[in-house]
Amino acid sequence: MKTQPIDAFAEGMTAEMRAAVHEGSKIGHEKRTKLLFDHYANPNRLRQLAGEIKQHVVENLDTYLPALESRLVANGVRVHWASTAESACEAVHGILKARGARRLVKAKTMVSEEIELEKYLSDRGIESLETDLGEFIVQLDHDRPSHIIKPIMHKNRRQIADLFERHGLGPYDDEPAVITQRARQFLRHKYLEADACVTGANFMVAETGRMVIVTNEGNSRFCLAGTPCHIALVGIEKIVPADRDLGLFLNLLARSGTAQQLTVYNEFILGPRGAGQPDGPEEVHVVFVDNGRSDVLASECRDILRCIRCGACLNVCPVYRQASGHAYRGPYSGPVGAVLSPLMLGERFAEKADLPKASSLCGACNEVCPVDIPIPDLLLRLRDKAFALGIRSPGTPPMGAWAVLASHPVAWRAAMAGGAILNYLPTKLVPVRALRAWESSRDLPEWRGGAFRSWFKRHAKAPASGPNDHG
Amino acid sequence: MHAPKRSPYSGKRVQLMATCLCDAFYDSTALATVEVLEYLGMEVEFPEGQTCCGQPAFNGGDWPSSRKVVRHTLEAFAGDLPIIVPSGSCAAMMFHGAPLAFEKEGDRDAVVALGNRTWELGDFIVNGLGVRSWPGYFDSTVAYHRSCHTRGTGTPEAVATLLRSISGLRLVELGEAEQCCGFGGTFSVTFPHISAAMGELKLDHVGLAMPDVLVSADMSCLMHLGGIAHRDGVPLKAIHFAELLMQALARLA
Ligand code: SF4
Repeated sequence: MKTQPIDAFAEGMTAEMRAAVHEGSKIGHEKRTKLLFDHYANPNRLRQLAGEIKQHVVENLDTYLPALESRLVANGVRVHWASTAESACEAVHGILKARGARRLVKAKTMVSEEIELEKYLSDRGIESLETDLGEFIVQLDHDRPSHIIKPIMHKNRRQIADLFERHGLGPYDDEPAVITQRARQFLRHKYLEADACVTGANFMVAETGRMVIVTNEGNSRFCLAGTPCHIALVGIEKIVPADRDLGLFLNLLARSGTAQQLTVYNEFILGPRGAGQPDGPEEVHVVFVDNGRSDVLASECRDILRCIRCGACLNVCPVYRQASGHAYRGPYSGPVGAVLSPLMLGERFAEKADLPKASSLCGACNEVCPVDIPIPDLLLRLRDKAFALGIRSPGTPPMGAWAVLASHPVAWRAAMAGGAILNYLPTKLVPVRALRAWESSRDLPEWRGGAFRSWFKRHAKAPASGPNDHG
Repeated sequence: MHAPKRSPYSGKRVQLMATCLCDAFYDSTALATVEVLEYLGMEVEFPEGQTCCGQPAFNGGDWPSSRKVVRHTLEAFAGDLPIIVPSGSCAAMMFHGAPLAFEKEGDRDAVVALGNRTWELGDFIVNGLGVRSWPGYFDSTVAYHRSCHTRGTGTPEAVATLLRSISGLRLVELGEAEQCCGFGGTFSVTFPHISAAMGELKLDHVGLAMPDVLVSADMSCLMHLGGIAHRDGVPLKAIHFAELLMQALARLA
C-alpha cells in the first residue's frame, strides 16, 4: 500500500532524531503552558484578543499596507515590493549590487529560507553568513531548519560538537556553553567584515512605521551595529495597527515561542541612523514579500495569516513530534506549515496537498496558538479543497459507498446485522486495504452489530421498571 | 471549537444518538447510556433510522458524502428534543463540524439547529440536568482520557466532576494529557505508523499512572488504545464513563 509521505518519513527517522525532536518540543510546550497559566488568570482571553487584532489586520491589509509604506518612507526607509521569491531575491541582490557589497550577515529570517536567498546570492558571488546559533549550525552542516523557532530541534548536542570539530571550531566538547562560546568567537569579527545585513521582522507597526525584531542572542543588534546597510525581508502580513499593540504581542510571542516573559533583545527600529546618532545603518530597506500570501488572503483559510511564527503549534503537535519539521518539505512545518505551505503554492497546491492530511484533528494547535487560529478547521477546508480538485491521497479510502449506506437506514441495519458494514465504519474506514492498515498495529474488538438495537426493542417493550427520578 | 451555549433542560424526553461504533461494537456503552439517562428520570427515544454522524467522510475531505449523511441524520432526528450522544467526537461533529461543512449550503440553519440540540452525555448530565454528584460506589483508581474532540466543550470538566463525586473512586491524571491518542478516524488508516506511535505514548502514560480502569467520553479512542494494548499483550481495562456510572449505581448501598 502506498503510504503518506509524512508517515513514511516518520517511520524512517533515526531513534536519535526522534528523541531530540520529542524532548525539545515537549519541554517547549510544557514551559510555555506553565508560564502563561502561572501569570494570567485567563490566558485564553489574551489569545482571543490578539487573534481579533490580527484578523482585523488581515482583512484590512489593503489599507494597512499603503499606510505603513508611507510611514516607512517618511521615516527614511526605502520600500521594495516583491511578488515572488525570485523578485524578492532580485530586490536584495539589487540593493547589494548598488553598494558593491560582497559579504552579508544574516539574523534568522524564515522569509529568506522561503525564498532561498542564500543560494541565489552565492550563485552571484555574494557570501551570506547566518548569525543565529541554530541557523549557523544548520548552515555549517548544509542542513535545513526543522523548526521555525529552534532550527536545530532535530539535532542533539553531541552531533553539534562533532560538527564543530570537523569544521575546526575546536576539539570535541558538547557543553552547550562551550558550543555557544565557540560560535560567538567565530562570528564576532564577521559582523565587522560584512557590507550589509539581512534580517526578518517580527512586527511592523502601521501607525508609526516602527519595525520590531526580537532575538535571544543579540545577533540582530550586532548586525545592525556592525553593518552600514540593513535589509529587512518582511511578509506582507506582519503588521500590527499601533505601537500600543506591541505590549500584547511581544508578551504572547515570547511566552508562546520560548517560554520567556519577554525575549532578551527587542529592537525597535524607526529608520536609518539620524544626524547625531553614532550607530546604526545608514541605509534601511524593507522588502515586502508576497510570494503566495495574496493567494492565501484570497482563500477561505486567510486566518492563517494571523500567525506570528511562535512555533507553539509545532511543539504541541503529536504529528510534528513523531515526524520532525523536515517531513513537511519546506520552511514552515507542523500545523501552521500544513496550512500555509500548500496554499502558498497557489496553482501548484497539489504538490503539498498531503500536508493537511497529516493531522488527527486533535485541536491541540488551536488551544495553544497565541492568535487563536482555528487550525483544524483550516486543515479540514483544505482537505475538502483537495477532494474537490480530484487530488488523490494515498491510503484515503473512498467514502461514496459508505455515504449511500449511511443515508439508507434499512440497508444500514441489514449491513450492521450481517457484519458486512465492517468495511464501512470509521474504525477501519472502508475497503479491505484500509482495514489492513488499521490492523497492522491493532486488534479489532468483537463484532456486535445490531445488538444494541435488539436490546433497546426488548427494553422498550418491557413494562416500565420504574425509572427513578433522583436527578 | 464552537460549543453552543445552552440553558439547562427541564423536560423529560430525549433522543439517543447511539453512534455507529456502539451500533457495531459497543452495545454495552449505548445500553449504559440509556440506563444512566433513565435513572435520571429521562424518557429515552431511539430514532430507528439513525446511522452515523457523517464524520468519517468529513474528516477524509469528502464533504459532499458527509453532507449526504448529515442530511439523513437531520431527517432521522426530526423534532426538537435534546439529542444525547455517548461520544464527544460525534457531538462535536454535530455542533461544530457539520455547520462548517454546510457553510455554503442553503439548509445550514437546520444543521446548526440540530447541533444546538446535540449534547455529549457528560455535558448533558452536568450542564443540562444540573447533576453534580453521582451516587453509588466504585472502589478503584480511575484515569480519565480527555478525548480531543471535547476540547473547549463542557465535557472534560463535567465528566471529571461526576467521577470525583463517586465514593471510593480515586481519579489519577495522565501525563501529557493534552496529547492525542492517535486515533483520528481516517488518520489512523492513512498514517498507520504515526498513529500507532501516538497510541504507544498514551499507553506509556497509562502504564505510569497505573489506574485499575481507563475511562473516556469516546469509545473510538479506547478502541484504538485497547487494540494496540491487546496486540502488545498488555492488559488494559478501558470502558466508557457511562458504564462506570452504571457500575457505581449497581453498588449503591
Ligand atoms: S499558527 Fe499560531 S501557534 Fe502556530 S506558529 Fe503561528 S502563531 Fe504560533
